[in-house]
Amino acid sequence: MTSTETTLSPGRAAAPARTDAAGGTDRTQRVSALHDAAHRIRRHALDMGEVQGQGYIGQALGVADVLAVAYKDVLNYRPDEPTWPERDRFLLSIGHYAIALYAALAEAGILDVEELSTYGSDDSRLPMSGMASYTPGMEISGGSLGHGLGVAVGMALGLRHQGSPARVYNLLSDGELDEGSTWEAALAGAHHGLDNVTAVVDVNALQADGPTAGVLRTEPVTEKWEAFGWHAIRVDGNDIDALVTAFDTLRAHRGSPSVLICDTRIGRGVPLLETREKAHFMRVEEHEWQVARDQLDQSYHSARKGTDA
Amino acid sequence: MTAPATATNTPRKLTTSAMIASIAEEGQRTTKAPFGHALARLAEERPEIVGLSADLAKYTDMHIFREAHPDRFFQMGMAEQSMLGAAAGLAEVGLVPFASTYSVFATRRAYDFLCLDIAEPGLNVNVVGALPGLTTGYGPSHQATEDLAILRGIPGLTIVDPADSVDIEQAVPALAASPGPTYLRLLRGAVPTVLDEYGYRFELGKAAELRTGRDVLFISTGLMTTRALTAAQELAADHVDVAVLHVPTVKPLDTEAILRETAKGRLVVTLENHTVIGGLAESVASCLACAGAGVRIVPIGLPDEFLAAGALPTLHDRYGLSVAAIKARVREEL
Repeated sequence: MTSTETTLSPGRAAAPARTDAAGGTDRTQRVSALHDAAHRIRRHALDMGEVQGQGYIGQALGVADVLAVAYKDVLNYRPDEPTWPERDRFLLSIGHYAIALYAALAEAGILDVEELSTYGSDDSRLPMSGMASYTPGMEISGGSLGHGLGVAVGMALGLRHQGSPARVYNLLSDGELDEGSTWEAALAGAHHGLDNVTAVVDVNALQADGPTAGVLRTEPVTEKWEAFGWHAIRVDGNDIDALVTAFDTLRAHRGSPSVLICDTRIGRGVPLLETREKAHFMRVEEHEWQVARDQLDQSYHSARKGTDA
Repeated sequence: MTAPATATNTPRKLTTSAMIASIAEEGQRTTKAPFGHALARLAEERPEIVGLSADLAKYTDMHIFREAHPDRFFQMGMAEQSMLGAAAGLAEVGLVPFASTYSVFATRRAYDFLCLDIAEPGLNVNVVGALPGLTTGYGPSHQATEDLAILRGIPGLTIVDPADSVDIEQAVPALAASPGPTYLRLLRGAVPTVLDEYGYRFELGKAAELRTGRDVLFISTGLMTTRALTAAQELAADHVDVAVLHVPTVKPLDTEAILRETAKGRLVVTLENHTVIGGLAESVASCLACAGAGVRIVPIGLPDEFLAAGALPTLHDRYGLSVAAIKARVREEL
């Protein structure tokens, strides 16, 4: 990475362990800090979810680990200057995951935590579906699926043309793989050898109409990307240690764009919500929010105990 | 792009002949690929100008730019959604893209991408649509007869329908200098050169009175302006005095000029290479109605139907866009 200490996010500054390739204490501390960040993102998402009483809570909990690693370990940006031209771009194709990204942007220091309570309210900068013109740090207006990767390809072409070291990340969902435009952009990215672009696919295997396997089968996902000329790695998207290794590997890859396929679990970290049947757009009753928070804290603390032991 | 087979037709019969039919009339002065040359010239002064194409660079005159600035041209393949998304991305990082394809694909096929990726964030992306309206005999798959109707609803999108090579050459730098998104209806290949004889300067958002006249007011846009000028000249021989107000910017519309010129008690005729639904005629009508001006207009444009394939001169005559058809319509109305 070419950034100086002043350009680092708080999380990055606290995790200077990237050179410690052999693992050990520094790596343990780095991963531990990311666990904490992921936990806070989940807490923020639950708090925001309670403002509306419903929403894409399950997806937010599922993707929290990916966002924690992205914003606290991978991306190069300046929290006080969200439009800094040299920043890495993180494009949220899936505008309906905005609740998760707002939580991550708060964790990144780009948004104030207090502002999260305005989520989805009148005149808020945090609408329920992500829009670039509303929110600092939101790079594109997603929500209509199949747009993110095309824009990412253009950004990557432009940044390379300008000699910028910045990288472009695009978080898309497995449902988005239904969109032909995603594959058009995948072709273009490979054709142009854009090794400054990384697609991150959240495979939670669930779409609006039901399980992805029943709506429109997308597997084998890895083989499809590889056939399109992308360097693909597939990991457990709720395994922070694996995510750190994968992002490090992909950043070093040259010659073609890369894709990180992340298998995640809807509602991860909150047993009450993990087992919900109607999980795509989740309704959570008033009395359940505190239960959810308690369960989240409980699973976090027991996981931490396991790590510390 | 291959032309449909026409070898079996007899020599005397007019045929569709090619996807890209010239709109220039016999003996008319023309300029080759004015868009491509204008963009290549502009790019010499402005390093942020980049070009994209969706497998139609040769057919949108973008190949001139590609040859002049190969490192600033990006070929996106036959993938219009991806191209407009990428154009948005290029603009997001500070470049000024011109993205060209056929109008039908830029509008019908990639509308959501033009709307959400480019127009909503207000990016300086210049979408260039070739074969606007009825400029190919290839049939409805390639005839963008409703592109203005589709695009006028997009907030903040500037829409330019140039008349000739002079208009195009002057519009290109103006569109690049305009900070928001634009759509240019492109005339390509050997494009008529007409407006230089009228002391005309393209000005974004402004209508231009090319000719004064006491009896009739033509309000025209796009290639219909050159037809309007010819028709006006020929009608003068019959002692019909026709004024021509050229409206190269369809949106935002120069309502001031339209209200001023229509208030003079002349027969008002709109002329456009587009369906009469949702294009210039309705733009002018709404301008008049909203201002409380009770002026009747005669709309000359394409009918509200999917058009036939065939030879362009035949189709222009059949659907009322030819000079002869314009003159006949004016005589009928006077």
